[in-house]
Amino acid sequence: MTSIERVMVASPTPDLTDAEYTSIVESLGRVPNHVEVGILSAMWSEHCGYKNSRPLLRRLPTTGPRVVQGPGENAGAVDLGDGLLAVLKMESHNHPSAVEPFQGAATGVGGILRDIFTMGARPVALLDSLRFGPPGEGRNRYLFNGVVAGIGHYGNCIGVPTVGGEIYFDPSFAENPLVNAMCVGIVERERLTLAKAGDPGDVVLIVGAPTGRDGIHGATFASAELADDREASRPNVQVGNPFLEKLLLEACLALLPKGVVRAMQDLGAAGLTSSSVEVAARGKRGMRLDVGKVSRRESGMTPYEMMLSESQERMLLVVPPAAVAEVEAHFARWELHSDLAGEITDDGDFAVLDNGVEVARLPIPLLTDEVPTYTRQGQARPAPTMPELPPEPTDYNAVLLALLASPNIRSRRPVFQTYDHTVRADTVVEPGLGAGVVRIRGTNKALALTTDCNPRYVYADPRRGAAIAVAEAARNLACRGAEPIAVTDCLNFGNPEKPEVYWELSEAIDGLGEACRALNVPIVSGNVSLYNESNGVAVKPSPIVGMVGLIEDRSKIPSSGFVAEGDVVFLVGPAGAELQCSEYLAHRLGRTDVLGPPPSLDLNIERAVQEFVREAARRGLLRSAHDCSEGGLAVAVAECCIAGGLGFSAESSSRDHLLNRAQERDQVRRIDATLFGEGQSRFVLSCRSDQMPGLASLLAESNLGGITTLLGRVGGDTLSWSDDLSVSVKELARAWNTPF
Amino acid sequence: MRIAVVVFPGTNCDEETRYVLGDVLGQDVEPVWHADTELGRFDAIILPGGFSYGDHLRAGAIARFSPVMKTVAELSRRDRIVVGICNGFQVLCEAGLLPGALLPNAGGSFAGRWVHCRVEGEPSPLTRGIETGTVLKLPIAHGEGRYTAPPETLEGLERSGRILFRYCEPDGSVTEGANPNGSLANVAGIMSEGGNVVGLMPHPERAAEAELPSQDGLPLLKALVGIGAAKEQIAVGVPAQCGAGSAGSTAR
Repeated sequence: MTSIERVMVASPTPDLTDAEYTSIVESLGRVPNHVEVGILSAMWSEHCGYKNSRPLLRRLPTTGPRVVQGPGENAGAVDLGDGLLAVLKMESHNHPSAVEPFQGAATGVGGILRDIFTMGARPVALLDSLRFGPPGEGRNRYLFNGVVAGIGHYGNCIGVPTVGGEIYFDPSFAENPLVNAMCVGIVERERLTLAKAGDPGDVVLIVGAPTGRDGIHGATFASAELADDREASRPNVQVGNPFLEKLLLEACLALLPKGVVRAMQDLGAAGLTSSSVEVAARGKRGMRLDVGKVSRRESGMTPYEMMLSESQERMLLVVPPAAVAEVEAHFARWELHSDLAGEITDDGDFAVLDNGVEVARLPIPLLTDEVPTYTRQGQARPAPTMPELPPEPTDYNAVLLALLASPNIRSRRPVFQTYDHTVRADTVVEPGLGAGVVRIRGTNKALALTTDCNPRYVYADPRRGAAIAVAEAARNLACRGAEPIAVTDCLNFGNPEKPEVYWELSEAIDGLGEACRALNVPIVSGNVSLYNESNGVAVKPSPIVGMVGLIEDRSKIPSSGFVAEGDVVFLVGPAGAELQCSEYLAHRLGRTDVLGPPPSLDLNIERAVQEFVREAARRGLLRSAHDCSEGGLAVAVAECCIAGGLGFSAESSSRDHLLNRAQERDQVRRIDATLFGEGQSRFVLSCRSDQMPGLASLLAESNLGGITTLLGRVGGDTLSWSDDLSVSVKELARAWNTPF
Repeated sequence: MRIAVVVFPGTNCDEETRYVLGDVLGQDVEPVWHADTELGRFDAIILPGGFSYGDHLRAGAIARFSPVMKTVAELSRRDRIVVGICNGFQVLCEAGLLPGALLPNAGGSFAGRWVHCRVEGEPSPLTRGIETGTVLKLPIAHGEGRYTAPPETLEGLERSGRILFRYCEPDGSVTEGANPNGSLANVAGIMSEGGNVVGLMPHPERAAEAELPSQDGLPLLKALVGIGAAKEQIAVGVPAQCGAGSAGSTAR
């Protein structure tokens, strides 16, 4: 077929558009066979090919002095000093979890763990960012319980602590929950292993679980909207076996020091297909793979099924022929079989055989570089309007208790307690409030870890909302005295073919980029999950930010909660009396829609305030540090009281000081706005009296004296604020501990 | 002291157990693969926590048939110290080296949290030198930790002082509310008739250093390796001396 004669050819699969299929036929000079169509439709799916997001993702900052491996590998890697690297990655498992929440979430954890140990790194921490419909309703509860149990099942069994994450509820996630799992590993620099093919003649081994019929076409399933008949999609969901993965993890990590592994790649989305193609493509080689040599769980599986199965706990290794016997024996000791399934070639083709008979042959570039990308025209959505403010409440106590008990603010402890967060004995700060911290043995260092994103803010203004997600993540790290060193992101959006969704995606990516540049933290890995829709309605856009911070001296980590009676409490940051988009307003007005634009964000102030908090922590001047987020200042102070089991009484001056500062910034002069507004870049800090002079001079040095308010002192068993608020810590805790 | 830390397929607390006994307490610790049966050189054998064989069937049910367990049983008859932590406790019960069984938690879900345990009973390899009534803050992390035994077995354990740990309130009172998994009589740990085999659900190895949320596991491990000093052990029972920010702030 010449280009002059080019006619549209009807695609035999809904996964490829007619135009895409036509261009494939043209490039091949022939019609692809059934197996080839399966391989092409997987590799050309959004999940593997990033057709819609690739051009946009190029705008993100991905380099920096610590970056050892940016996007493009199984996970990113950054330098921690002492010859160590942190390896990090976050990935979504939304669609499988919507259909089968337990296995969907469990295999999400399994997949992200493999991404980390594929790089040769020992996984040291897991985090989970979850989005559900409002708690308490039938299907929402089923999904929530199933996802939480699935995460626990996998992470607990494999022995990697879950040290953080967050949960957010919004009606838009009812049919399409978001399950994003993040893993962080540590590896010695020289042990970092890449998934890049070796030399022609090197042997390709498939190790771990036998291949079954589960998860066939999972990648294309993940790249389409959820239909009403989702129950029929159950066979697209994979089944996890954490016990097998534990063996695979230990066996792989124990093999690497022998120096015989040329490349290692886990089998994730699109199974054998994408793992083989990616390894060959990165090494600019070809590969011949015989699916007849791959162990299988059931008989009668076709090459098509073998190539597209997403059976879990499998790994592809490339080793020189001389080392094959040694590697086989190694895996046998771990009671794992290894299949000699293929070899690296120099012809640049991906050839699939079935017991020696060729069943597919496609040029590697057609499966990678030639995947089309689409730059679409976005259509901005008008900003949500700000409703008229309700009158100031008459009973502030009731409002504070209601906010503490609200689903987006209340304690996540009932969830965290079903996860093992102490295994490995390295969890220095446990999950619950802000970033979790794991120590790095043999050094004074520790890693602080967090995930963040407020989908309501992003919906209201994707650019600012995404920037706030980055700022808030860094803020959580600053509370531990940690310098943010790397981001992994998971971009959960609806169908990008819709102009409004494409606009959300494009704007959010720009917002992430702006904030990461301003705070000097590169994005080193990530994942894009599009088509998060059900019945044509998209989820609230959720660019989840997973961030890793480095603590140089872990003996100086401030507490989350108040520490001792008499300590001085103050607020550093802008006035923040901004009620738009707040949990408070949603509560007062009884509405679940988005109420106005997100709070303002000045990245210069954000950076300055975070630097101050980190430096204060480094100098040992802080007893506790907590940031203001959903629920504003009053909720932040209440959480400090609950976590420390101590009361707080406000200075009489603080009320007017906050009101005056709000007025100076042209914000409403209302007490509810100062207490519950969700203004950004704010920290509630506490210190001993004798630390005050040091802090005062640091504040002056940092030029932040003008945006600091002395709030009050720690003490007693009640949170009291002028005549407005007076609630016992016991009551606060009871509200905050409302079960799901 | 020469200590073996047994590794079954699926064991996941072996590394930190070795680290605490070896690096923190300076003992001679060796990992032992479950297929090994030569353990004569060790003074003590630890069966650490984890999910041996993925907890398939039920926790510990397959590991008890592992080659190493035959040797462990033999050595236990020759008065060698055997300690099972969490999954190790489950394996010891399944193997009949300790009485009773561990059922799925009463709450139905995995429990990963801090608990308080009261030390009692006769001196044991883990509790010798630690005063009865001492309260320890330790982490648990299990799905199947509900201790159960026939009434006569429980009575025997009580009578002979072989219940070593009970879940309790921070003040030491043994209440239903303090029981995280529905264990019979709040039992968290026991020892064998011979006094040389000990099993417990909490993880002392995860609470053995000052920078962790509690270091109340340290005296137990020190007692095990025989370096417990009376002074330090007394300090354990007094929350106020456990360091600012850790003791007293229960259930954070």
